Amino acid sequence: MPVNEPTTSYFEIVKREDYSDVTYMLEVSHPLMARAAKPGQFVIVMSHEDGERIPLTIADFDAQKGTVTLVIQAVGKTTREMQQTCQVGTRLYGLVGPMGIPSSLSHATKVLCVGGGLGVAPVYPQARGFKELGAKVIGVLGFRNKDLVFWEDKFKSVCDELILCTDDGSVGIKGMVTDGIKLALERHPDIDEAVAIGPPVMMKASAETTRPFGVKTMVSLNPIMVDGTGMCGGCRVKVGEQVKFACVDGPDFDGHLVDFDDLMVRLRRYKEEENAAMKRFEESCRMRDFMVTDAEVREAITTQMGEA
Amino acid sequence: MAKKRTVRTIPQERTAVRELDPVVRGTNFEEVNCGYNEKEALLESERCLFCPDPKCIAGCPVNINIPAFIEKLGQKDYRGAYDVITASNLLPSVCGRVCPQENQCEGVCVVGESLEPVAIGRLERFIGDRAIAEGWVNIPAIEPAPYKVGIVGSGPAGMACAADMAKAGCDVTVFEAFHEPGGVLRYGIPEFRLPNSVIDAEISNLKKLGVRFECNTLVGRLFTIEQMIEEMGYQAVFIGTGAGYPSMLNIPGDSLNGVLSANELLTRCNLMRARDFPKVDTPLPLGRKVAVVGAGNTAMDALRVCLRLGAEKVYCIYRRTKAEAPARAEEIHHAEQEGIEFHWLTNPVEVLGDDTGNVRGMRCVRMELGEPDSSGRRRPVPIEDSEFDFETDQVVYAIGTNANPIIGQTSNLGLNKWGYIQCDDSLATSLAGVFAGGDIVTGAATVIEAMGAGRRAARAMKSYLGLRDDDALESPGTLFGIDLREHNYARVRIA
Repeated sequence: MPVNEPTTSYFEIVKREDYSDVTYMLEVSHPLMARAAKPGQFVIVMSHEDGERIPLTIADFDAQKGTVTLVIQAVGKTTREMQQTCQVGTRLYGLVGPMGIPSSLSHATKVLCVGGGLGVAPVYPQARGFKELGAKVIGVLGFRNKDLVFWEDKFKSVCDELILCTDDGSVGIKGMVTDGIKLALERHPDIDEAVAIGPPVMMKASAETTRPFGVKTMVSLNPIMVDGTGMCGGCRVKVGEQVKFACVDGPDFDGHLVDFDDLMVRLRRYKEEENAAMKRFEESCRMRDFMVTDAEVREAITTQMGEA
Repeated sequence: MAKKRTVRTIPQERTAVRELDPVVRGTNFEEVNCGYNEKEALLESERCLFCPDPKCIAGCPVNINIPAFIEKLGQKDYRGAYDVITASNLLPSVCGRVCPQENQCEGVCVVGESLEPVAIGRLERFIGDRAIAEGWVNIPAIEPAPYKVGIVGSGPAGMACAADMAKAGCDVTVFEAFHEPGGVLRYGIPEFRLPNSVIDAEISNLKKLGVRFECNTLVGRLFTIEQMIEEMGYQAVFIGTGAGYPSMLNIPGDSLNGVLSANELLTRCNLMRARDFPKVDTPLPLGRKVAVVGAGNTAMDALRVCLRLGAEKVYCIYRRTKAEAPARAEEIHHAEQEGIEFHWLTNPVEVLGDDTGNVRGMRCVRMELGEPDSSGRRRPVPIEDSEFDFETDQVVYAIGTNANPIIGQTSNLGLNKWGYIQCDDSLATSLAGVFAGGDIVTGAATVIEAMGAGRRAARAMKSYLGLRDDDALESPGTLFGIDLREHNYARVRIA
């Protein structure tokens, strides 16, 4: 339903970069949010009227430019579709936030910031935040290979030391982020806090790696959500003995207390529907490609006939 | 009136309302209650005695002058009847449908002492729907006041407060976190009970009063209540964010896949239109055998939504009896007609899962009623050794909600020990210029109670801002708070 022209909802995409064939960055205009956002918070995006509401962690924000930055991995139907439709000059249908309790940037003096896969971008605001508070920041970023590396410069500008980890060793050390974490913790026994963001399995492994060192490790959870305002309870997670709603009680929790297995089971909740949606989407893409080809062929034939 | 009506002379039977066939409606989202047509409404209006001391007005949370509107209706002056209702109630079409009339106006109706009470709700809805169809809207000549008022939440409390403040001349903006306005009317109450077209019509009436809606705005996080007052130039703010934070049973199996809150089910189905999946992107996998825990209106909505989405069996699990069930009588009746299986005096103790983390069943215990508790209802106590298991693949909790924490997390407002906003009798909060009402103050209640709170807060807000408040004069000749004797009063018909 159209509402009176909303002043807070322009949501225009002002910049886009593609970091790989699945990872892309959108800079969206939202001056109010750019001013309000703090490290660790997230937004809910709706790309079109019939779309679903998807939570995305804010990867960067610039109060001067009035923009918030989202880094998205095209893994499901909605994110794949957005990869095609979200171009500079287009607008998101809905964008609400910043949501969640901001990360508590404690007065730690030396902090380990770990990002893996889709967690690389969202850990950046925290690294920058800690830096601004005067902490020494050690960054550990994990990528599959050299070609997929992005934001190295951004991280270098806020990290006192940056350790890159790649599966194939094409850049940095060969291994997973957990190898990088171990290396960092051995080199810097005075690290007093860690932040790890990425897929649940990576956050779980990171928390297990820091546990023997007794370093408090915060993780940012991204379970299935609808509203993001504490209303549906779809995002409930087990933390210690308690049930918490990631959207309003989090999204940051103590990684040593989070029940990651429960989280991973709950993330599979809509797997069947997601797969079906994905399949339909791919088919419709193929159909469209086919139709384009078909039209081109016909045009070519017509042209030829005209020439003849 | 020629003759004085008495209980003996009026039509003895309450005029029945046409309803969709239970079997047919179980497969679609069409509105179940068809409402009265003109003939039926006129017939039912003859049952009002126009008591010299009407109880119904006091029984209504917003004190609609019920006999007056029924009298106009009986004279076929539908526009007049609409004017009478809208002097007290902004949303007759909504309230006629969702108010628990049996506990309010109809519960105290004098006719009801010997016969079935007058069907006040259905008559109200008839007038409201007629107004929507005819495009009636009462826009008083509004004298602008130099005040900016912010309303947080676009549900019934916010809408009612917004209307009153707009009529008082203020520049009113309503903020909504979702992408569409309407609050619980939109995300919670399903279409077969309250069609979206009715909500749209009521919201467009508000816009005609000059109210602006800002969706996609999470107040508290995007800007705080304090910022609204200190930086953004709002002289007064009303908070009507609802309770929202759904309760879980806290029994083993709560986090299994297939266990969800009624809020999630209803939001996916209503607001996100998941029932049209895959045409829309929001999924809602449905169980074959669904158990809904609770027996309030939300539970009834959840039960009937599941049925319409194609579940083979839908069970209602409630630890007390039908007599204590908080839902509207009509909703329970409709649910029964549609084939919902009710299991009264039954309490879940565990949700049973399979090895993939999905729900496969539920373990319950039989209950019996003991001594009355603090709410006056008899406390259910478990019967020993009465545990039993049954098969289900989806469990929906509709057992109430807690206070939403966002406003509390982001402002210095005084809260009570349960996290609800603390208010004085006028609904003023601990911050000057900030008022609150509805579920975020009282805990979960009804649409009409929220609207009543919105109006009460508006009254306090007007006196805080030093605005003239005609409602306070209790003059019978007011409409939308505007004195009918004033020269600048104008009635406008918008096509």
